[in-house]
Amino acid sequence: MLEHYLSLFVKSIFIENMALAFFLGMCTFMAVSKKVDTAIGLGIAVVFVQAITVPANNLIYQHVLREGALSWAGLESVDLTFLGLITYIGVIAAIVQILEMTLDKYVPSLYNSLGIFLPLITVNCAILGGSLFMVERDYNLAESVVYGFGSGMGWALAIVALAGIREKMRYSNVPAGLRGLGITFIIAGLMAIAFMLFSGIQL
Amino acid sequence: MKFLRNFLDNQEKHFKEGGKLEQLFPLYEAIDTFLYTSGEVTYKASHVRDGLDLKRMMLMVIYALIPTIIMALYNTGYQANLAISGLSSYEPSGWQQHFFSWMGLSFDASSILSNMVLGALYFLPVYLVTVAVGGLWEVLFAVVRKHEINEGFFVTSMLFPLILPPDIPYWQVALGVSFGVVIGKEVFGGVGMNILNPALTGRAFLFFAYPAQISGDKVWIAVDGLSQATPLAQLADSAMHLSYSWWDAFIGLIPGSMGETSTLAILIGALILIVTGIGSWRIMFSVLVGMIVMSLTFNWMGSSTNPMFAVTPIWHLVLGGFAFGTVFMATDPVTAAITEKGKYYYGFFIGILVVLVRVVNPAFPEGMMLAILLMNVFAPIIDRFVIKSNIKRRLARNVQ
Repeated sequence: MLEHYLSLFVKSIFIENMALAFFLGMCTFMAVSKKVDTAIGLGIAVVFVQAITVPANNLIYQHVLREGALSWAGLESVDLTFLGLITYIGVIAAIVQILEMTLDKYVPSLYNSLGIFLPLITVNCAILGGSLFMVERDYNLAESVVYGFGSGMGWALAIVALAGIREKMRYSNVPAGLRGLGITFIIAGLMAIAFMLFSGIQL
Repeated sequence: MKFLRNFLDNQEKHFKEGGKLEQLFPLYEAIDTFLYTSGEVTYKASHVRDGLDLKRMMLMVIYALIPTIIMALYNTGYQANLAISGLSSYEPSGWQQHFFSWMGLSFDASSILSNMVLGALYFLPVYLVTVAVGGLWEVLFAVVRKHEINEGFFVTSMLFPLILPPDIPYWQVALGVSFGVVIGKEVFGGVGMNILNPALTGRAFLFFAYPAQISGDKVWIAVDGLSQATPLAQLADSAMHLSYSWWDAFIGLIPGSMGETSTLAILIGALILIVTGIGSWRIMFSVLVGMIVMSLTFNWMGSSTNPMFAVTPIWHLVLGGFAFGTVFMATDPVTAAITEKGKYYYGFFIGILVVLVRVVNPAFPEGMMLAILLMNVFAPIIDRFVIKSNIKRRLARNVQ
């Protein structure tokens, strides 16, 4: 059993890396990777939010939205999965807001270090993608906790590596037309080639 | 030689500012400094720490590659001759073999001359295409962007054909080296500024774009219609048994990419690189340690279904691109970790990842190329953490 969760964890970090295998969360991936320190901050925030929202959405999916989930209320044949997308977005936005207020009140040091990244995460497609993958693959609650944490870790790893490269690139002499986002897209592509190492590993 | 010097000096005025061929100055400069030591000296205070400059460094890598190149020529011819002599009747195929017959030589695996010439007929065109196409890009960028043509390209152009199979189509060579030089290096500003090894980037591009020719499932022997599994694939399939002895693999008489087969020749190169201080022994050592640790772990775990679990470190060392990658690719000073402590982490993870891919990733028989590329991606962040922890330690030491 433990082995199953461990392989799911490794798989969600490396083999199905959110940023470099599915190219999700690209806008923040490109925009907030100029410095390693901020990238680490954002990475931690993503891990945090992902590890909370995926299980939360899992509970909602399993007990409210999926077909027959409302049988406890006498509604045997009701299928609310068409409400999935908007529900998950709403849940993510709400949880991020609540998290922000909670952190502001009780853990101001963490709140300050995360800063603008928390609200920014609301619109990060890696977060929504995590919830949608969870639904598609029909994870149970424990699996969704592992998956949420792992996929967040994978995304954080990718953005920290990219930020490291971009800090080193300070010494590069990139052609004028490619400076900024252009070269960053090329780097992301090259990183994705390197991450192909893990594709095909069977766990 | 006086004549050549005078000729270059006479031509110089055309390439100077205001000359007719001012645009092509990088090309002139490259030819001049390649043939003669540069007469220019620094005009500011100089900080010489070592007589070793970039050009010497790059040339030393080429010298270290010579044993590997010789073995590449010999083994490519040897494998082709061996395969041909195993067939009852054989018609030469491809222009190389027709040219070979025309020269009056016979396909004889026991003749060193026959092996060398046939191997050269396969290796040299690939090398020439690499130099011509890669050099064209190099010159183009140098001329347009007005930077110098750097000796680094000689090393890249030497490494790239050595990691290609002998029967690769030339247009793929051209495409691969173009990708490696332009996307792998020049878009970052040229030598010393790239993040991934250009030769490996080009090969990885070919690997994913044209898996039929280069994926390594089938053996690459320069004989038409011959298909056989590579040594690594033979090991991975329990139905097959390995048809080569360890000594064959060590000396390099096994099929594979042209330059990667001979561990012996590569070790001679490694010795040259380490003695001259050009290749980092820390990286080579830690790659080796990572490989040994990981393969012993797999040996210890064991598996009833996957025979790769049982492959011992001594076999991992001689098969596939492990030795070549360790000595010539992982130690690339531009893309490896720069900090001394970082080099250990960098190398160790390469060793671990190679064995991991070979053993548990059925999609790729060999993982050296991608393992090095992946650690190239993480090298800057490793360096950063090493530097940060060093700063922290020294600050703590100085607290009053």
